[in-house]
Amino acid sequence: MVIGDVQKDFLLAVEGLTVSFDGFKAVNDLSFYVDENEIRVIIGPNGAGKTTVLDLICGKTEATSGSIKFRGQELTHMTPNQIVLAGVGRKFQTPSIYDDLTVFENLEISYPRGRTVFGALTFKRDAAVRERVEAVAETIFLKDRLHTSAELLSHGQKQWLEIGMLLIQEPALLMLDEPVAGMSVSERVKTAELLHGIIKNHSVLVIEHDMKFVEDIAHKVIVLHQGRILSEGKMDKVKNDPKVIEVYLGH
Amino acid sequence: MNENARLFDRSELMALAALALLLLVILPLGLDVFRLNLVAKYLTYAFVAIGLVLCWGCGGILSLGQGVFFGLGGYCMAMFLKLEASSVANTKIQSTPGIPDFMDWNQLTQLPFFWQPFHSLTFTIVAIFAVPAIFAFIVGAALFKRQVGGVYFAIITQAIAAILTILIVGQQGYTGGINGITDLRTLKGWDIRTDQAKFILYFVEVAFLFATVVAAQFVRRSKLGRILVAMREKEDRVRFSGYSVANFKIFAFCIAAVFAAVGGALFTLEVGFMSPSFVGIVPSIEMVIYTAVGGRLSIFGAIYGTLIVNFAKTSFSESFPQLWLFGLGALFIAVVLAFPNGLAGLWRDYVQPRLDPLLLGRSAAAAKWAGRSVADGAAAE
Amino acid sequence: MFGDYSIGDLGAIFAMQGFAGLILFSVFVLMALGLAIIFGQMGVINMAHGEFMILGAYVTWATSGFFQQNLPALFPGYFFVAMILAFIAAGALGMLVEWALIRHLYRRPLDTLLATWGLSLILQQAYRSAFGAREVGVELPDWMMGSKHLTDTIEVPINGIFVMCLTALITCAVAYVLFWSRWGRQVRAVVQNRVMAGAVGINTEKVDRYTFGLGCGIAGIAGSAFTMIGSTGPTSGQLYIVDTFMVVVFGGAASLVGTIASAFTISQARSTLEFFLSGSMAQVLTLLAIVGILMLRPQGLFALKVRK
Repeated sequence: MVIGDVQKDFLLAVEGLTVSFDGFKAVNDLSFYVDENEIRVIIGPNGAGKTTVLDLICGKTEATSGSIKFRGQELTHMTPNQIVLAGVGRKFQTPSIYDDLTVFENLEISYPRGRTVFGALTFKRDAAVRERVEAVAETIFLKDRLHTSAELLSHGQKQWLEIGMLLIQEPALLMLDEPVAGMSVSERVKTAELLHGIIKNHSVLVIEHDMKFVEDIAHKVIVLHQGRILSEGKMDKVKNDPKVIEVYLGH
Repeated sequence: MNENARLFDRSELMALAALALLLLVILPLGLDVFRLNLVAKYLTYAFVAIGLVLCWGCGGILSLGQGVFFGLGGYCMAMFLKLEASSVANTKIQSTPGIPDFMDWNQLTQLPFFWQPFHSLTFTIVAIFAVPAIFAFIVGAALFKRQVGGVYFAIITQAIAAILTILIVGQQGYTGGINGITDLRTLKGWDIRTDQAKFILYFVEVAFLFATVVAAQFVRRSKLGRILVAMREKEDRVRFSGYSVANFKIFAFCIAAVFAAVGGALFTLEVGFMSPSFVGIVPSIEMVIYTAVGGRLSIFGAIYGTLIVNFAKTSFSESFPQLWLFGLGALFIAVVLAFPNGLAGLWRDYVQPRLDPLLLGRSAAAAKWAGRSVADGAAAE
Repeated sequence: MFGDYSIGDLGAIFAMQGFAGLILFSVFVLMALGLAIIFGQMGVINMAHGEFMILGAYVTWATSGFFQQNLPALFPGYFFVAMILAFIAAGALGMLVEWALIRHLYRRPLDTLLATWGLSLILQQAYRSAFGAREVGVELPDWMMGSKHLTDTIEVPINGIFVMCLTALITCAVAYVLFWSRWGRQVRAVVQNRVMAGAVGINTEKVDRYTFGLGCGIAGIAGSAFTMIGSTGPTSGQLYIVDTFMVVVFGGAASLVGTIASAFTISQARSTLEFFLSGSMAQVLTLLAIVGILMLRPQGLFALKVRK
């Protein structure tokens, strides 16, 4: 993509996004832009609307008004699976994997081929699939657990597996909802390493509470409060914003 | 290649062989024609049970209306046979010769339009597959596209079963009412009521059953089968991995419907009549219990479960009719509370581990992949 | 089908059938109220709900027999005693069932559906063994017989009005208990966050048991009302279960107002159609309409839009 001086093409452009649940505006007139290969972190107190923003982008929740443009394509009227095909992948807050399937099968399901009913019926597990699954398993530190049932993994490994399921999908934009929540210190370090590897060729939108982790990875930070943007910019700037300190970082 | 490329793994092949031995050799040799015909009748429910393994066991979609599809298949077949049995020569004492007797009794003077095409066997065979598939597609599309699932789906399918039964019973002149379509005689001139015909039909049915097992196994072994399991566990994850969850559910529901309809059509042939008592709420939910007893994840288990529950039903309700309902009720509760994987689960946990070292050799048994889907219910024997 | 009647006749027919539908409406409301509490608050599908209703009907029948035999002087008032007994009997059985069966299945709604179906078979057979397969009917006291003439053409059965008032009373009581009492707050707390409710000292097991008991007890009262419109047999309950589920789903599971509105719509539609068509076709058309509407609006008539 050409980045010109006059008009920059954003990867994701959210404008005037609002969603209201029986009058309660969980997200209120929200606008922000994400560049190609950018890591953007959304922080904010509980109930600020962070997860709802991801829900809106991936089509889980329908917007009341506003627009979400991904590479110029309007997402607000697309179905969740169309949005995935357009190139947006999303990881849920609690690890969302298939306990009854093996790690291999978990990854294979996200492999971007055979996504229609008849495609899935005639899907062949060929060398390309196996290589790709093994490569991703290596990235997420699960290469030697490929044939274990996913329910036997630790909490951290489940989080990685779900990240792996996104990677194999090859999305242009990855959305991660609290990827390090509930992880041990060593798992956090490894996850940060994993994300650093991923971001070389992806754009990432992350929700996270762990400030150290955020500082470590973020290019730019958005602070959400009551469905609106309280502050936006580089971490240093945001960290010293008195409004942010008052509602969020202060305690 | 690896085990995934093959349709049946080794223990499943053995289960298949055991089933073939039972159905093709032991039962035909060991039972008289009357008892064999009973087995044939029970086996028609096994088609429904196999469909439920895919739809409910794998996909988590509980349909309490499978009797509807069993009935649709059965009625399609019965309409054809009834028309053949109601030739002008056979019905010349009626006030309108050439139409089914119950229509005549209900003062109908001509064949209703929707009966007309059932003069043709080709049309009938197509209809046996197409009618339930289309109906399941409509219901499935309407509900799954709006993300209706779980208990809501179960209850709506149950209501549909109720509606269809009341409709069939109420519209006596068009459907034969509560008695159903009876007095079926010949199929293209071949008398289906003779012992010899019943014997042949039994083998035809077993052939269909094996075809169904292979088809079901193909679906289960494909990526689609794994997606069904994935959907049962984390529907949203599948949806946000780029799949149209609704389409997969519709497919599972349709294929279960078609299996049930094939069973229903064969039922009509074997038993010689079709009535609303196989369509409604009670038979529909009993079909679920066959699958549950056999093991909701096991194709073979579903067949054995169907046979065992029906044998138990026949023998109990002959000798202790009161006990049967208590027994059936207890079975529902036990299978849910204590044995959620049914007979197949018991087999896998208790019998298989002891059998494997004998059959496969010690090292092979140890190396065998942790069998989640090992589906064998030969406990029946 | 309306062609043969004058406008005045039609008005009278609608009014009469409307009032005739009142008892059906009451039975539906009471049944659905019980189901809605159990399903809406606990997520449990109780397929044996019809059998709890029939238990209430049998208790009513037994009470009426007892009064006739032993206390003929008090017979006119037996219904009140019967109702209370029906509530207690069905409620106690419900609590027993919750303890023995339901509490093991809270996370598996489809399995509760199968297990409670099994329970319904057992109960049906138990009734058959205890009371015989023949249907039994109760005798109404004199004051409940007959009807009031509103106009020349419109008359209303007294027992209908009575059951109607009773239903209104019970509905208000349930609404009070669920929405304003301390216990109701506990129920809703458990529904919304079981772990947290347990952590702040609510005995969640006890709440579950009483909730289930309450739902079944109300079904028992529905059984008392049911004795006025039909005779009671071991399988009478099964005939109502689908309709009742439709009432609950149509009304939008968690909404009390929705349940009442949908019970009213369904019973009235059916009762009115029954005058013009056969009973079975009336039922088919009503059910078809509901299924059709649910396909277009699966969340039911009254559902809150909530943040998932």
